[in-house]
Amino acid sequence: MSKLKVATVWLDGCSGCHMSFLDLDERLLELAEKIEIVYSPLVDRKDYPDEVDLALVEGAVASVDDEAKIRKIRAHTKFLIAMGDCAVTGNVPSMRNPIGPEAILDRAYKENATAQQQIPTLVVPRLLRTVRPIHEHVKVDLHLPGCPPSADTFYAVLSALLAGETPDVSALTRFGA
Amino acid sequence: MSAATEIKTLIIDGKDVSARPEQTVLEVARENGIEIPTLCHLDGLTDVGACRLCLIEIKGQTKLQPACVTRVEEGMEVQSDSERLRKHRRTIIELLFAERNHICSVCVANGNCELQSLSQELGVTHVRLPYRNPELTVDASHERFTCDHNRCILCTRCVRVCAEIEGAHVWDVMGRGAGCRVITDLAQPWGESSCTRCGKCVQVCPTGALYEKGKVGIERPKHPEFLPYLNLMREAQ
Repeated sequence: MSKLKVATVWLDGCSGCHMSFLDLDERLLELAEKIEIVYSPLVDRKDYPDEVDLALVEGAVASVDDEAKIRKIRAHTKFLIAMGDCAVTGNVPSMRNPIGPEAILDRAYKENATAQQQIPTLVVPRLLRTVRPIHEHVKVDLHLPGCPPSADTFYAVLSALLAGETPDVSALTRFGA
Repeated sequence: MSAATEIKTLIIDGKDVSARPEQTVLEVARENGIEIPTLCHLDGLTDVGACRLCLIEIKGQTKLQPACVTRVEEGMEVQSDSERLRKHRRTIIELLFAERNHICSVCVANGNCELQSLSQELGVTHVRLPYRNPELTVDASHERFTCDHNRCILCTRCVRVCAEIEGAHVWDVMGRGAGCRVITDLAQPWGESSCTRCGKCVQVCPTGALYEKGKVGIERPKHPEFLPYLNLMREAQ
């Protein structure tokens, strides 16, 4: 049997969900027999593959770059999981929404900068007006709230999906868990 | 209690139950181990039917009714749980999340919040409505307590406990629709209001909207259960 092609993606989040995923520890070896990580911040692959069976996406959609990425991911992924509160609700990154991106950029690059006070325009992607959860941009197949979802939650969800079952997410995790 | 207390009989979720005429469907359901979700209701306070989570189906009526303010009637047939009701309840929870800035992960009430735990019980894993992200204030002018309007769900428990139990009526509500918010006195800062510093509003607040300074989350669970005892002791006097 061929292995399930899995991608993990890091948009506007803190990488805590990825850390929690790694907390699966020795259970990762068990999963590695059934899945293959084809794209991830954890592996050296630059472009999103054409065919991915399952994607775990951490982080909210905050910039034009995130927006382009999530569209590409959706187009090339069979089953998309919003991983963690940022992807599911916007969470901490969305706390800038009431005041807008200019205020945040001013605080970071001008008020709090001691030298070279300027807002970067090259290389870094332009911020969107509001930070939004993934499902406001593309269709999401499963929402996994939690900040971060625990390793046990990841294990239960992935085990269920690998067995062809639908996991009962609310029995495992919640917003802010 | 008079010897000839009238007893009403009704059916809730197929179960025959009996009640006193002044009782609400919610009271009778809970007496009989039938759990109906609520947010604005709190034992010991007057019910206002604000949150609509306790909506029930009554046979012969097309409109849904809030169980907390619906009196029992003889022969009434009540359904407290159905796919239709669950759908409405989930939507209400999602509307509450979308209306203000509830960031559970960094909220002082994380782990001790009725909105958060109800969302889990009702199977809300995401909010289908776009978040409104309003710009709201935090009133930290009081020496002991803070009011964070970002987390307020306008259940008015604080308003009722302050007026009905403490007898101070410092809290009230101003504005309409999306502009509605709880206020102290005539929208003065809490710290400059006629607040008696009793802290009852903080204990009954179901979310992280009202909290004690320096005490967060697991450190300081809220204790709204003092209310029925307080009422009982007063009645006994």
